[in-house]
Amino acid sequence: MTQTLSLTSSASAPNLRAALRRAERPGRLGALALALPALLFLIVTFAAPIGLFLTTAVRNPEVRDTLPQTAAALAGWDGDGPAAPGEAAFAALLADLTRAKEDNTAAALGKRLNYESAGMRSRIMSVVRHLGNFKDGALAPQFAALDPVWASPDLWAIIKRNAAPVTPYYLLTAVDLQQDASGAITRVAEDQAVFLGILGRTLWIAGLVTGATLLLGFPTAYVISLAPARIAGFMLLMVLLPLWTSLLVRTTAWVVLLQTDGVINQVLLALGLTTEKLQLMLTRFGTVTAMTHIQLPFTILPIFSVMKSIPEGQMRAARSLGAPPFFAFWRVYAPQTLPGVTAGCLMTFILSLGYYITPALVGGPRDQMLSNFIATYINRDLNWGMAAALAGLLLVMTLSIYLLFLRLVGAERIKLG
Amino acid sequence: MWLPAYATRSERLCRLAVVLFAFAVLAFLIGPLFVVFPLSVSKDPFFTFPIREYSWRWYADFFQNARWMHSLVNSLVAAAASTLIATFLGTLAALGISRPGFPARKAVMALMISPMIMPVVIVAVGAYMFFGSLGLTNTRTGLVLAHAALAIPFVVVTVLSALSTYDSNLSRAGASLGAGPVSVFFAVTLPLILPGIVSGALLAFAVSFDEVIVALFLTGADQRTLPVQMFSGIRDQINPTIMAAASLLTTVSIALFVLLNLIRRVKRA
Repeated sequence: MTQTLSLTSSASAPNLRAALRRAERPGRLGALALALPALLFLIVTFAAPIGLFLTTAVRNPEVRDTLPQTAAALAGWDGDGPAAPGEAAFAALLADLTRAKEDNTAAALGKRLNYESAGMRSRIMSVVRHLGNFKDGALAPQFAALDPVWASPDLWAIIKRNAAPVTPYYLLTAVDLQQDASGAITRVAEDQAVFLGILGRTLWIAGLVTGATLLLGFPTAYVISLAPARIAGFMLLMVLLPLWTSLLVRTTAWVVLLQTDGVINQVLLALGLTTEKLQLMLTRFGTVTAMTHIQLPFTILPIFSVMKSIPEGQMRAARSLGAPPFFAFWRVYAPQTLPGVTAGCLMTFILSLGYYITPALVGGPRDQMLSNFIATYINRDLNWGMAAALAGLLLVMTLSIYLLFLRLVGAERIKLG
Repeated sequence: MWLPAYATRSERLCRLAVVLFAFAVLAFLIGPLFVVFPLSVSKDPFFTFPIREYSWRWYADFFQNARWMHSLVNSLVAAAASTLIATFLGTLAALGISRPGFPARKAVMALMISPMIMPVVIVAVGAYMFFGSLGLTNTRTGLVLAHAALAIPFVVVTVLSALSTYDSNLSRAGASLGAGPVSVFFAVTLPLILPGIVSGALLAFAVSFDEVIVALFLTGADQRTLPVQMFSGIRDQINPTIMAAASLLTTVSIALFVLLNLIRRVKRA
């Protein structure tokens, strides 16, 4: 095509190019039309649900929906001042909570405000319980009689701040930060700072697994690439078969192997390598071993396919030019395997970050990863905001490594089996 | 071992060590897959070797228990339905993407592949929330839609790889002989890329059949799949019937794997 273009005079070239583009347009649109159904399907069933879920990390509907009059009454109040708001705010809160009691929404409000400041839940619920006891006249002293904190501006500042439709609370908490009564961002107390630890643990476990698969996988891929065709084919089958077996079955197998009365302990005892049974289940070692087993094929296959393409003659040439064996391997062979090592390690690292099943079944409480905490916040605590914030954190890490993968390796290079 | 003639003695020793290491790694890879089989036919209800007495009682348990059978049927139906959707949409998409001049190919591929790398818990919770608002949680439809989304990348990748060896001159030849695009596709292209499509479909089936986390969030007692039933069993008290279920799942996986390799061999011949 470029040749035909270069043959034409330069004056008519733009016209020709435009004509070509025009001629190709129906083909391009046709190609897009073929991919469109799958794209739309993925957007509706995959991308949009994830996007929607992530917005719950900043959504803050409780105070707005349950305390609309209070929010309006507090709008003009200076939250930074030393005084609690006037009678109007107390009256509005009383009216809102009366309504909330009827609608059964007071508990959800109390739970939400309790995240911001411990004790808010019981304060709200105590007012709701005593709604019938409030008498005409000044309300502030009656509230203070239930709990003196109602006279302090801090509590009202929290309500005022959370009347906003969005909140940074969940995202800040996910990285161990908090907003104090004045709105300034500070670190949370040492004993409450858990989430950065979980993040670090997730990265550490994924890193350990990636390192272990590389250590085990690189020599294996090397041997497969050298072996005669028949043996290599057999060895490849042994790498591919586990990939086809369900992740749950492989994890189950590890549960059986690692149990206190399990196969590994029996073998170790029989061989006299240990005199008492080792605790392998519910340990970091067990989790990393099982994950390494599951991820190993993902690391081996890309390395193998790169190694297979390295011409044998190169090592021979290096040796004939006087390079000692290890030097030849390290300076000539190893650098050429880097694309495969990058592809395999990045893929294993990405997939390891999102593990849920294996840590849940093989790991102890200190081996649970971000995914496990996301599931716990949904299933046990019904705290969607916190789950979404942690999911956002996990997603940012996963996507940044995925982008790196796309840049260094490319989506077209992914092959299956 | 597999060394040129000029190799030194220490090199040979070194190579021998690497080869032994590689076989040890392969044993590590394949060994755990086969611990479940002997335990599933052991008469004892605890997991110890050597096995003292063999029996099929756990399989009888599995096939006579209504809950296990129900979950097996659920898994098969959901996997079949999501395979159909994913294979249809994925093949169409691959046909489009493989054409020259496909717009924004890199971005489209990045999106198409992303269900493969997305942490499954995020997919599951997102679907749980979104499908919940549409009344699709605790329905088979919701599970099938979510599984189809997870399976599409596997179909796209396999069909694209089949298309990469397809000579598009054949399509042109068909067109020059007077066939319309649709008949060119069915008479020329489809027969040639069919092995790729079938491989993709097998992968899609395996993805849905083995998937736990999305199913855990989206199904109620009625739509519970086999892996979900197994997962809750392992969490409570791991019993030998789970070993029987695991053995059956593994057998299905191996069967799919063998089928795939047969298709590949036919294609090559």
